[in-house]
Amino acid sequence: MNHKGKKIIDVAGFYLVSALMTIIVLIPFFWMLSTSLKSKGALMALPIQWIPEEPGLKAYQQVFERFPFVRAMFNSVGISVFYTAITILSASMAAFAFAKLAVPCKKVLFSLYIATMMIPTQVTLIPLFVIMNRLELVDTYGSVILPAVFRAFAVFLLVQNMKSIPNDFMEAAQMDGAKLGYIYWRIIMPLSTPAIASLSITTFMESWNDYLWPLVMLSDKKKMTLTLALNSLNGQYTTDYNVLMAGSLISMIPIILVYTAASGKMKNGLMAGGIKQ
Amino acid sequence: MKQSKWKSIPFLLPSLLGMVVLSLLPIAIAIVLSFTDWNGLDKLNLTTIRNEFVGFKNYISILGSAEFWQVLGHTVYYIVLYLPLAMLASMGIALLLNKGRKGTAFFRVIYYIPVLTSWVAASLIWKWVLSSKYGIINNLLALVGITGPAWLSSPVWAMPGIVLASVWKDMGFYGLFLLSGLTAINTTYYEAAKVDGAGKLTMFFKITLPLVTPTLFFCLIMSLINAFQLFPQVQIMTEGGPNGATRVVVERIYTYGFSYFKMGFASAYSWLLFLIIFILTLVQFKLQNGWVHYES
Repeated sequence: MNHKGKKIIDVAGFYLVSALMTIIVLIPFFWMLSTSLKSKGALMALPIQWIPEEPGLKAYQQVFERFPFVRAMFNSVGISVFYTAITILSASMAAFAFAKLAVPCKKVLFSLYIATMMIPTQVTLIPLFVIMNRLELVDTYGSVILPAVFRAFAVFLLVQNMKSIPNDFMEAAQMDGAKLGYIYWRIIMPLSTPAIASLSITTFMESWNDYLWPLVMLSDKKKMTLTLALNSLNGQYTTDYNVLMAGSLISMIPIILVYTAASGKMKNGLMAGGIKQ
Repeated sequence: MKQSKWKSIPFLLPSLLGMVVLSLLPIAIAIVLSFTDWNGLDKLNLTTIRNEFVGFKNYISILGSAEFWQVLGHTVYYIVLYLPLAMLASMGIALLLNKGRKGTAFFRVIYYIPVLTSWVAASLIWKWVLSSKYGIINNLLALVGITGPAWLSSPVWAMPGIVLASVWKDMGFYGLFLLSGLTAINTTYYEAAKVDGAGKLTMFFKITLPLVTPTLFFCLIMSLINAFQLFPQVQIMTEGGPNGATRVVVERIYTYGFSYFKMGFASAYSWLLFLIIFILTLVQFKLQNGWVHYES
């Protein structure tokens, strides 16, 4: 076979496999969309309707009637925003100290951080519940947000990143009499933008999609996050798949929007953070 | 940078306080609780702990129960099915995206949508996709003349169903991760191989695969740890059923702790989970010398 023929097969193969993979990824979403437009009767019609014969938005209406879904959406947004902001603030301050400052017993402290990363969250689940109970935080937004103060992984990630920032900038600023707070906020933070941007996205996603911890903490319908709202819909209307699929679809939209917006920003951040050495 | 040691304390304070209250103290409490039969209702203080102290009873009764070993068996079953499928699928995705052909940006977004979907939504979707009569999978299979299994309502097929959902959800994540490993490979290796007349398969097995092993190793560690912490998909898709066929460790911890209020028992369970993960990770690190190649 000649060279050109080989190339055509290569290109065709690429698009064939990519298309196949795309179909595999999208089939469940197609089924979700199709189902969410059906009436309850059409759910159990045999043979199944691949595309709803009488599409309607009744299921979407029911999602909002049966559960304070708008409220849940605001709860999720609020909790995730605060959770992310607190994670970034607390972790970046600690990382600044570990990466750039003299700290008493630095080695011991930092090893302690690494060690806590090995304990699975399930181990601390029950004691944390007890502590939240003592602090009278059970069933409050605070209980879901507070764990953001200590995220060993976030600290570890930012330390690795900040270590690569040359000390020259800081030393120059210090000679000019800049305070540590200024150095942290005006020099180190801007230079860590790419790492902070990607950490923000993953933290936001984690908080948005978290299930076990809010499940344990929140029982008031008005305070529930979107994942809990879906879970609760599932508990009450197990067989109304049109409503469950409509709810699932609604819950996916915000995070996809945030991700696409943020990943665009991240590319810019990568450029802005590029430093000459 | 020169500065007094103590000036760094204000920066560390929030995080350190957090570590003590949200991590070290809970860990200490978890150790103590695992030696008691605390029911979650009595006020937790020293007297309660003394009165409800049971020594190693929780650990002994868990290790001696058939249930624990069954639950571990289910997890192993999950891993045996999940790991090869997930690694193959994500390697496929990484290799496709690494070609850099037109449309790569589009496919990249598509493959990442399941990763962005919450496990609750994904589990609900898959529960319906896998419905034996009305689900799309069995109806697609019927088109080519195959009668699909009952999936989530069959003790044999429930776990494979959960595996399918998990692979579908995770392959984009590990795929993009492996992609970053692939793009880091120095192109001069390929050029040199081409000059020597190496074929595509040879290049894949002699260059790509060995050089991507560090990333692959990281993916394996992460996915094994995650596999032992399997929870939301099980809780929503099967609740451990049918007939206990998909009960897994975290599902048991949640059920014992928050449905039966056997908090001490559940704590002991969680420490056994930690031990398993810890030992497995250590073993993997020991084994890596055999197959992971680091560029020197």
